[in-house]
Amino acid sequence: MTAVVERFYDVVIVGSGAGGGTVAQALAPLVRDGHRVLVLEQGPRFDDDEFTGRELDMAGALYADGGGFLTAQGTMTLAFAHAYGGSTLVYTGTSLTAPEHVIRGWGVPGLDHADLLRRSQRYLTENNVHLLPAEEINDNNRLFVEGGARAGYRVEQFPVNVKGCRGSSLCNLGCPNQAKQGTNRVQLPRAERDGVEIVTRAEVLRIEADRTLAVRVAAKPDGGKGRPSEWAPGDYRLRAGIVVCAGGVMGTTSLLLRSRLPLPRAVGARFTCHPALILVAEHSGPITNDVGHPKSYFVDRGAEQRFVLETCMYFPFTTAKALSGFGPDHTRVMRAFPRLQMILVLACDAATPGNRITVDGAGRPVAHYHFTEETVAGLVEGTRAAARIFFAAGAVRVHAPFADPPLIEARDAEQLTDRIAARHFNEGKVAISAAHLMGGCAMGAGAESVTDGWGRVHGLPWLRVADASLFPDSLEINPYVTIMALADRVAEAIRVDAPTLLG
Amino acid sequence: MSVLAAVQPSFRAIAATVVPEAGTLDAGGWMELERIVEQALAPRPRRLQRQLVTLIRAIEWLPLLRYGRRFTRLDPRRRARVLEVLQNSPLLLLRRGFWGLRTLALMGYYARPAAAASIGYRADPRGWAARR
Repeated sequence: MTAVVERFYDVVIVGSGAGGGTVAQALAPLVRDGHRVLVLEQGPRFDDDEFTGRELDMAGALYADGGGFLTAQGTMTLAFAHAYGGSTLVYTGTSLTAPEHVIRGWGVPGLDHADLLRRSQRYLTENNVHLLPAEEINDNNRLFVEGGARAGYRVEQFPVNVKGCRGSSLCNLGCPNQAKQGTNRVQLPRAERDGVEIVTRAEVLRIEADRTLAVRVAAKPDGGKGRPSEWAPGDYRLRAGIVVCAGGVMGTTSLLLRSRLPLPRAVGARFTCHPALILVAEHSGPITNDVGHPKSYFVDRGAEQRFVLETCMYFPFTTAKALSGFGPDHTRVMRAFPRLQMILVLACDAATPGNRITVDGAGRPVAHYHFTEETVAGLVEGTRAAARIFFAAGAVRVHAPFADPPLIEARDAEQLTDRIAARHFNEGKVAISAAHLMGGCAMGAGAESVTDGWGRVHGLPWLRVADASLFPDSLEINPYVTIMALADRVAEAIRVDAPTLLG
Repeated sequence: MSVLAAVQPSFRAIAATVVPEAGTLDAGGWMELERIVEQALAPRPRRLQRQLVTLIRAIEWLPLLRYGRRFTRLDPRRRARVLEVLQNSPLLLLRRGFWGLRTLALMGYYARPAAAASIGYRADPRGWAARR
């Protein structure tokens, strides 16, 4: 049996996504002051030429459970990545700042929207966020703009964080051209240049009250993608001055729950997400859909009707799974692939008491999630709005999972309110997935919170949280910029507290 | 170890009902489809693998009660009817089970490069340059 290797670091950051990558870069000045800063990432570091764009190949390499991580109820899949750069490898780079009404509604003492906006602006610049020029917009997005305007919706363009985008449309499988400016391209390389150490394939099993971390470094599997870990495979015991948990909602919350720490009782609570439906519509002729940036426009009805619509384009299996039913009708839609327009409907889901993260007997995360009437209503309203946009854009038929039968012809476009209804929502029959996971270690001041407004875990000043698990409720938009802004705050507090905590 | 080997004829009949084109696959096509499904199942817990096999067996034998024939002996219309009953079952457990089985069949069929090409999917890492 190999002996456990012991090491000491002043700061250990668990996770390298939008939160961990931001903290790593922001704490690099501590290295110049003689402190040792380490990032532990559960996933591997990929070489540029490993991003093939092949659906199962990349989904299996990047996502937890290949993207099919099921809730405990088995009625929704959750998508999150394990890799150098975390889920920033698999987003589409859409870069929105937190809505003012949401941050006000969170009511976190000391957290104000102006501060978040100021920090967000810095990362919008640093990560090259801009609007794509008109000549790079494909038909799938153009039809959304035209249909949205005709149907009376306010369509907005997504700022995106790309540089040298070639329009592969494969963002969600990891950009094969390294155009997305995630933490894997920007913050982590800078942190490494400044002396921050990053170790991949390193899973933190638990954190002890004496500030030690039990870490297991995995070997690269035969034939698997990604580089081997920077450390030899085996078990490690790391002593740390400060520990920053930034492993994402599932990673951070489950790590805290399986650690032997005197934690606030609220760990795991206030889990929420943006449950999403993929809708497709068929046009009479081919359109450019599987080329070009896939997600360039959106309609935000979060505040009014609790849904957001986004353009999207998915891959054959993902699309097939999203369609209702099976057999010849299902096949007919799939065979129309070059003529398909797609819209993603996201429900703005409020945190509710029953929805939470726990761990199973082996310490793995379990997401308990029940659809509320309000969430289903958001999905229904969003589906109706998407169908109106599809038809206004000239679609000949729309596939709506909340309709029975799901195919709605253009001649029935006046009956959308009746055809698309909550009575057709049948859990376990409709494919719903969520990629924007939030909560589990909520910021705040009362018993329902886990940290303060600077990510300090109540009662454990050496333990910090810096990812979307801090969100006390739904953000109602794509979250990565807000995660970076919050992580920037967490890092600032660490720099302030470092002399006390590190000596 | 193969999960599907013990129920291969039933699985193929179900897959060809979910995706009718699967019924036209040659031996190599079926091997590729089943390899994809086996790879997806391999890392899953043994308990889940056993539940899947049990569900496939149940789908094979339950039609005896209604039609007097096993699933693999039914015509396509009746096979579809059996699966529709599961898909619309009032029991979440059955709906979930069928949803998982349907997902595997769709994955096995549509994750094959030949199937992606046959439906006109043309995404390419070169993006716009590949279309010009």
